[in-house]
Amino acid sequence: MPLSSNTDFEVQSLDTSTDTNHTAKKAPLWRQLQYLATGIFFGIVLIKSEVISWFRIQEMFRLQSFHMYGVIGSAVITGMIAVAIIKKTGARTIYGEPITFQPKSFNKGQIYGGLLFGFGWALTGACPGPLFAQIGAGFTVSIVTLASAILGTWVYGLLRDKLPK
Amino acid sequence: MFMSTLTNPWPWYITGPLIGLMVPLLLLLGNRHFGISSNLRHICAACLPGKVPFFSYDWKKESWNLFFAGGIIIGGCIAATLLADKGPSSIHPALAAEMAGYGVTYVNTTLPAELFNWPALFTLKGFLFMVAGGFLVGFGTRYAGGCTSGHAIMGLSNLQWPSLVATCCFMAGGFIMANLILPFILHL
Repeated sequence: MPLSSNTDFEVQSLDTSTDTNHTAKKAPLWRQLQYLATGIFFGIVLIKSEVISWFRIQEMFRLQSFHMYGVIGSAVITGMIAVAIIKKTGARTIYGEPITFQPKSFNKGQIYGGLLFGFGWALTGACPGPLFAQIGAGFTVSIVTLASAILGTWVYGLLRDKLPK
Repeated sequence: MFMSTLTNPWPWYITGPLIGLMVPLLLLLGNRHFGISSNLRHICAACLPGKVPFFSYDWKKESWNLFFAGGIIIGGCIAATLLADKGPSSIHPALAAEMAGYGVTYVNTTLPAELFNWPALFTLKGFLFMVAGGFLVGFGTRYAGGCTSGHAIMGLSNLQWPSLVATCCFMAGGFIMANLILPFILHL
């Protein structure tokens, strides 16, 4: 797959400008454990914020509660301020590596795929992060939902060239 | 006192900013961009056979995210055991009434036990909620190039307008499903 066709907003190593991304090369285990620790914290927040709740998701899509809008809205504002500060100050990682951003382009997948994901979000009450958190919280049947999501990803990969983009 | 604060559900104005802080935390730890759904792609690349071009890339360069996802599972376990909700929590009366009409009762803050359980997998309703729903999450997020974290939080934080389009479509899809299609499925 040519690098220029990276439509994935979440896979930095496929971006053309990240060939110089040192951190993409072999990461030592202790650095991976930092991400494990960050994930543990994030998992706790997901549960305690109730964003993994099927009922809170239904309330959101029925405009019956401000809760989910408050969580997502304040998360976005916090993230925006943080990214603006990082860009403004030219901050580097705590190991001195540059922090890079790659501009992303529009394609119709963001519309079609976005709608399909929205359908799945309202059905399962979970986006991918909460799926992992639900499994950890003991909802073992969410393993099936996750396996089906992996299958859906794989089928997308198979059909990708035939889909409108 | 402190523990009882932790074991109640946390308010949105605490948890929202904490979720937003994932963005600078991952950037400062190693120039990593927040986004969970790509893990589903990495799992395909690592585990599933066949030479599909979309999955032919060096997933090990993205392995940090699999550690992050593993952490979410552990975090979910910690929150559900050590910090389990003790305080009462409620849902909107209109939602409770609507769900009662389908035989769905609100017991805990996560999944309705009547819809999400192992035996239900073999019913049409359960299949649609878990298997079809999961499939749409996986297919849709990759087609869109990201999920709630990758587009709605990371993408919007970085002022990427395609992420705004994607986020609006996530919401539109959710509104259509929850209000127009879900009642038919719940009636099954």
